[in-house]
Amino acid sequence: MTVDKNMNVLIVDDYTTMLRIIKNLLKQLGFTNVDEATDGSMALEKVKAKPYGLIISDWNMEPMTGLEFLKQVRGSDAHYKDTPFIMVTAESKTENVIAAKQAGVNNYIVKPFNAETLKTKMTAVLGEF
Amino acid sequence: MSEPATHKNHGYGREQVVQIINSVISKVENNETVSKDAIFQELRSLQQIIEDARKEIGMARPTDIKDKHIPTATDELDAVVEATAEATGTIMDVCDKIQEYAAAASGEYGTAIEGEVIKIYEACSFQDITGQRITKVVSTIKTIEEKVDKLVKVLSQQLPGHHHEEDTSGGDDDTRQGDERLLNGPQMADQAISQDEIDKLLSEFD
Repeated sequence: MTVDKNMNVLIVDDYTTMLRIIKNLLKQLGFTNVDEATDGSMALEKVKAKPYGLIISDWNMEPMTGLEFLKQVRGSDAHYKDTPFIMVTAESKTENVIAAKQAGVNNYIVKPFNAETLKTKMTAVLGEF
Repeated sequence: MSEPATHKNHGYGREQVVQIINSVISKVENNETVSKDAIFQELRSLQQIIEDARKEIGMARPTDIKDKHIPTATDELDAVVEATAEATGTIMDVCDKIQEYAAAASGEYGTAIEGEVIKIYEACSFQDITGQRITKVVSTIKTIEEKVDKLVKVLSQQLPGHHHEEDTSGGDDDTRQGDERLLNGPQMADQAISQDEIDKLLSEFD
């Protein structure tokens, strides 16, 4: 199955630096339809307004964390039950990864990361591109 | 009968307090053979230790920790986050420009430059990581602040006469002398003067 690089991608992080980094890396990979949100609640509004083919979210945000956002996304309409969701976070304890997996995350990237890691994880959840 | 516990004027340890208390208990348990004066002497020793400890804590000016040191530390850390965010933003702005030039250049060099720019982008994630670490440090400092505050309140309530009168330095606890007092590192924006103000000030010496 081919990956549609024109798909809508949502990136969520409370640090604008990280949003810029991820957006730039996605651009290098050919994904240009990228929307941004700075916390879970803002991200939730965006997923209600538009279908996304990939969500990349930080965990440690306020008022709504990335984990809570993930849970709400998975509990929302049918489209988002299987939407690829990658957690990109500095939270690197085993229990964090387990909790994210149990909430329905598809992959997990620990900060700091590089373009190669992002591409590998995206390939794992989307397929070769 | 045990010997009366002795104490010095300072440098009490937990062992000494325990020793005095044990000595009092021992005397009370053998109250047939000990006078009230002996027990009073022990309690007096204990009172002196508590009084000295109270004074020492007061001289350490624990309220300064809450009122001055912690706000200063957290403000400095906030400034670090702000400054690194600004600098990182500038670096990434420049990277965007370089990417534009690299795309226009195309070919082998263009691709090589783009590859290097991506590495700079990746490295910029330090700002997020350090920001999160600093936030944790600020949180820890605030926990210490709460503990110190509780300690000060307990001392104020349980030891009558505890005031902050030990602070006789007029609020300046900087013990450095001479030019050393001028070395304070980067100033917070609201405490610094601008280059224009510096120029104006210097011109007044002409």
